[in-house]
Amino acid sequence: MSGITGFQLWWWVILPYLALATFVIGHIWRYRYDQFGWTSRSTELQEKKLLKWGSPIFHYGTFAAISGHIIGILIPERWTHDIGIPETAYRWFSAGAGTLAAVLIIVGVAILAGRRLFVARVRATTSPVDWVALILLAIVIVMGIAETIGVGLLGHGYNYRQSVALWFRGLFAGNPDVRAIAHAPFLYQLHATAAWAVIAVWPFSRLVHAWSAPVWYLWRPFVVYRSRRATRPNEPGTSGRRWRRIGVHY
Amino acid sequence: MRIMAQVCMVMNLDKCIGCHTCTVTCKQTWTNRPGTEYVYFNNVETKPGLGYPARYEDQEQWKGGWTLDKKGRLKLKAGSRLKKLATIFYNPDLPTIEDYHEPYSYDYAHLITAPAGTKAPSVSTRSALTGREMNPTWGANWEDDLAGAPARALRDPNIVALPEDAAERVRLDFESVFMFYLPRICEHCLNPSCVASCPSGAMYKREEDGIVLVDQDRCRGWRFCVSGCPYKKVYFNHRTGKAEKCTFCFPRIEAGLPTICSETCVGRLRYLGLVLYDADKVLAAAATTDEADLYEAQLDVFLDPDDPAVAAEAERQGIPHDWLAAARRSPTYSLIARHKVALPLHPEYRTMPMVWYIPPLSPVADVTAAAGYDDADADSVFAAIDALRIPIEYLANLFTAGDVGPVRMALRRLAMVRAVMRAHQLGNHPAVDPAEVGLTDDDAEDLFRLLAIARYEDRYVVPPAHAEDAGRLLAQHDLSGCSLDSDGGPGMGGEGPGAADVAGFHLRHDGSSDASVAGRDGHGRLHLRVAEHPSPGPLGPAGAGGTR
Repeated sequence: MSGITGFQLWWWVILPYLALATFVIGHIWRYRYDQFGWTSRSTELQEKKLLKWGSPIFHYGTFAAISGHIIGILIPERWTHDIGIPETAYRWFSAGAGTLAAVLIIVGVAILAGRRLFVARVRATTSPVDWVALILLAIVIVMGIAETIGVGLLGHGYNYRQSVALWFRGLFAGNPDVRAIAHAPFLYQLHATAAWAVIAVWPFSRLVHAWSAPVWYLWRPFVVYRSRRATRPNEPGTSGRRWRRIGVHY
Repeated sequence: MRIMAQVCMVMNLDKCIGCHTCTVTCKQTWTNRPGTEYVYFNNVETKPGLGYPARYEDQEQWKGGWTLDKKGRLKLKAGSRLKKLATIFYNPDLPTIEDYHEPYSYDYAHLITAPAGTKAPSVSTRSALTGREMNPTWGANWEDDLAGAPARALRDPNIVALPEDAAERVRLDFESVFMFYLPRICEHCLNPSCVASCPSGAMYKREEDGIVLVDQDRCRGWRFCVSGCPYKKVYFNHRTGKAEKCTFCFPRIEAGLPTICSETCVGRLRYLGLVLYDADKVLAAAATTDEADLYEAQLDVFLDPDDPAVAAEAERQGIPHDWLAAARRSPTYSLIARHKVALPLHPEYRTMPMVWYIPPLSPVADVTAAAGYDDADADSVFAAIDALRIPIEYLANLFTAGDVGPVRMALRRLAMVRAVMRAHQLGNHPAVDPAEVGLTDDDAEDLFRLLAIARYEDRYVVPPAHAEDAGRLLAQHDLSGCSLDSDGGPGMGGEGPGAADVAGFHLRHDGSSDASVAGRDGHGRLHLRVAEHPSPGPLGPAGAGGTR
């Protein structure tokens, strides 16, 4: 890895790996010791009219965006090229579908953010780590929208599949292409950096609810019975988060 | 035949004076925590009235419970499982805090910190959600004793369901029509729609005693249980983001003690006992086509513990002998199935509820007395039962999906017991024959013993959970003790329903610690032997010599 500054190594290799390690270990820790705190922390009870629109639009928009990232970042350009999709066709699909997802997310986030900021009941439920996660998420989203609409749709386009994607996939293969990301436009660098920060904060925030998508409900018997069976007690001192004392803030 | 035992409650509405003692003790025991301010596992509603949360009985609005699809099969009224997952980001049927009430307290500190002045300081209402000043406009007990009823209570779904002319008469002559109290807890249904609605599988029905609980560690806060329960007895803790519900005071039930609402009921109107039922027949019964037949269908699900075939089969399926004995003595089975004076609340929700109600005779008796008749004279009360359309139809909307037959019969039986027992007490020959309402003299005596004498031992026949399983039974729900017991939990500062409490219950119950309990859980976690009262060894108390 010649020609890489120490800063680049730190920023584009070590920090992502640290974030990834935090993500994995954090989830294991949280899952073992904080089942009680593992929830979507819904605020529908407090406010319903705005949530009705904001939440589904945001979530479905996010699913679209995640699918887009899987196609654009995880699938190598060579594969799509091999099955006969030219770069221009990919780019316009990326810009078009990406813009659709971006519009959904813009609308959803605008409603949800307004709700969280200006509806007192909702605002009061937000814990500090959630503020951190939500602000980071906002940065990721704004940068992502700027890339998709500003660069991809309205601008001249940028083939992130030959830069950002190479570096990102390389991280998982063990040989990240640092130069590719180090010379990418600042917009993409900021988007990637904030995304790693979200990854690092993820296990400690309400975002963990994403892993609880209850898909097996579709096949489960309706009425669940439980009978007496022995369970091991928790290890001492690891009983996790419990109900809060009166007067303690979120 | 798959025999299961269910701890079940019956409430005698004639005796409820609406004092809310059950609500208060329940609240102090279970929901005196931040996040559960608005949560009432037990509440007492004045009927007619909207209830809590407002108009919860209108399932066209809230979509709780079950319904039948076109082929006559059971389905959740809120829609398919796929629809639930698709709407998981926004549950369209969830009540908001306004339907309950915005929780509040008062800024009492102001009384002390207010600057010296000429005006006496006063406290103001502060929202528990935001800390801001607020003005309460609705609550769990807003309509107590028909308060504000002329303006509001006509929207009671049970009145809306009355025929137009009857509803009109209620409208014109509201206060003199009738009134009674309806205490409500979770129904611990045989076919619980909350459990069926929970996408996480965190809610479950206990095989041993049928109590329905929420596993606080597996709940992910998707809130479908709240909307799925037609009685709206699952609540969302807005602090923890998890669902909570009436636990049927399972730590007390396991120790053979009545629930706290029953224990503290000053009217002594609650009954607790086992009912055996055939679990294989539940779904077919719940899918009965005609709503008015659901009451009878549920009765058919119950099994007679005195039937030798049932007893033999129950024993074979592992129901403990003492539980069978308790089932035979069960006051709830007697009131529900033998004497048929208790009725289920809203059987049309098809959840097979297991908290039943003896309908109030008082609205009828009051009218009879007002007309100058002796309200213990069965004939005149019978005439009134037949003539009084509105209360009877209203009660039928509550208890039998609109079928007035079972309500009339239950009320006639209650009136008959009064007449027969009064005659017996006065040494007269009763002018009426209990057989007119399908009772024998023994039945009348038994009802008198249960309803009028109502001794503690007759009202509560709760067999303790099997001591050899006690540790495991607690561990089943538990997450190191119990998720309710620490840091602001109901056991705040105490042990919660842990080992010491169970042992304490047994101590208070029979005066000695249960030696068979000690050290049987296999993990060394629950030591049920009571350390502060060491049981005497074979040579007498160990310290006896020293103390003399």
